[in-house]
Amino acid sequence: MPRIGREQGLNLGLALALLAAPLVALALAEPFYITLATRIAILALAAVGLNLALGLGGMVSFGHAAYFGIGGYVAGIMAHHAFMGTPGPLGIPGTGQMLPIWAMAMVISGVVAAVIGALSLRTSGIFFIMITLAFAQMLYYFALSWPAYGGEDGLPIFRRNAFPGLNTMRPILFFAVVYVALMLAIGVFAMLRESRFGAALMAARQNPTRLAALGTAPFGVMLVGFAISGAITGLAGALMADLTRFVSPAMMAWTLSGELIVIILLGGTGRLFGPVAGAALLVGFEVVFGGMTEHWQLLLGIVLLLVVLFARGGLIGTLAGREGHG
Amino acid sequence: MAEAALALEDVAITFGALKAVDGVSLTLMPGEIHALIGPNGAGKSTLMGLISGSLRPDRGRITFGGRDVTALPVAARARLGLGRSFQVSSLIPEFSARRNVMLALQSRAGHPFHFFRPVRHDRALTTSAEACLAEVGLALRAHVRAAELSHGERRRLEIAMALALAPSAFLLDEPMAGLGAEGTADLVEVLDRLRARAPILLVEHDMDAVFALADRVSVLASGRLIATGTVAEIRQDAAVRTAYLGEAAS
Repeated sequence: MPRIGREQGLNLGLALALLAAPLVALALAEPFYITLATRIAILALAAVGLNLALGLGGMVSFGHAAYFGIGGYVAGIMAHHAFMGTPGPLGIPGTGQMLPIWAMAMVISGVVAAVIGALSLRTSGIFFIMITLAFAQMLYYFALSWPAYGGEDGLPIFRRNAFPGLNTMRPILFFAVVYVALMLAIGVFAMLRESRFGAALMAARQNPTRLAALGTAPFGVMLVGFAISGAITGLAGALMADLTRFVSPAMMAWTLSGELIVIILLGGTGRLFGPVAGAALLVGFEVVFGGMTEHWQLLLGIVLLLVVLFARGGLIGTLAGREGHG
Repeated sequence: MAEAALALEDVAITFGALKAVDGVSLTLMPGEIHALIGPNGAGKSTLMGLISGSLRPDRGRITFGGRDVTALPVAARARLGLGRSFQVSSLIPEFSARRNVMLALQSRAGHPFHFFRPVRHDRALTTSAEACLAEVGLALRAHVRAAELSHGERRRLEIAMALALAPSAFLLDEPMAGLGAEGTADLVEVLDRLRARAPILLVEHDMDAVFALADRVSVLASGRLIATGTVAEIRQDAAVRTAYLGEAAS
């Protein structure tokens, strides 16, 4: 089927463009654009997580900023204790190493997503959207009022966490780490989508009654999908903390949850590289029009409206056509 | 006497003041097609809901394969071998016909938590899916999205999915609904072959189809079973004629 080929070509183009952009910036000695590409990759990674819940499972979570923030705080708190030489919460020693931080960020945000999911998935539709928002807001206000880690002032990371064998303080090398993480996550997304689990998850979105009648209870499938989704978004949060070397409750703000949904809609719901396309569009929009007017979000709103009305498949869907499910 | 594949004992459910199903007892014996007929509002769909598990009875007992399933949810009953089709085609619209059947096959094979192997290359699923589709005459439409199938093809796909579950009883809710005379005749043939696999509890409005297929017929009116018997007995039954057949003829 030619359509599949076209989408694969588009995906490859997006992957290469995202890789080439910071290399060109490096050659031109424009570090700002390396940071920009890193930000796009991190937001795309967060959206890959949400895409699993929203795109495949149809779970419109309006609270994924919570997992992003949890990942960020795990990185911030571990780095803080490593820097101070003090033991962290529950006596866990701090660390300035990315790998254990990522593992912790993914496990904790995954577990929190499982708990929130177990409660939220008893509802659906608008109630699900609102209850996920409510949980995220609870965590946001908790972070805001937790003085041990900066409260509303946030928590700085004095030295970017380390990755074995790489000097992560060099922007291009940190980008490389983020890029590989993003590609791995997209690979995991693709693998899950093609698996039996993915088939059940997509069926749960389209027709849960039918799935149950075939002998598979939709709740468990969706819950596992939601937890994996939260874990991936949590990983993105840990990386964002290292990019900005700062974590604050703003990472958990509901506006970020909204941005992740916008990214997915712009890129193409459920599409493999939809998050990459969407994140590039959102950040690009912000840079291009944000420089001209402070009302750039109004323009974004209009674009989003047009996408929802006339280009439901987002950028990928518009360029590559409908997805094949042979 | 052989043990019933499916048995209802004095099953009842009320919605507010309405006794939707009021003390129904019936059995589905191995090898038979047992048709359930009745005028609109008689409680057929409610009864299907009670048997499949989407509704819980206020009273009574449902046993399936000798096991009490009254308290089990839908998915658990399906796993025990209750294969159902829906009155309004209920498919996965974005999946191809083949993937719809593959979903049924993987559900039967066990839990869905297999994360690594792509189903596309899973021979255990793809080969059996083709076989199920061939059995209902959809082999050539395997790659068409369910949403793009014709009404008649969707009805067949429902049967293929029920078949893929290798159930120990079929629960078919108006499989002929909306089919023309030709489509109905084709499906009658398919169902006739199906009874060799497992007994069928068939809810159907099409009387010709019912009389052509059924070994036994039960008649439901206002939530109660007013008669159960062979086709010949039901045709003769005075109560049935007034409640249902007379009405249908007029």
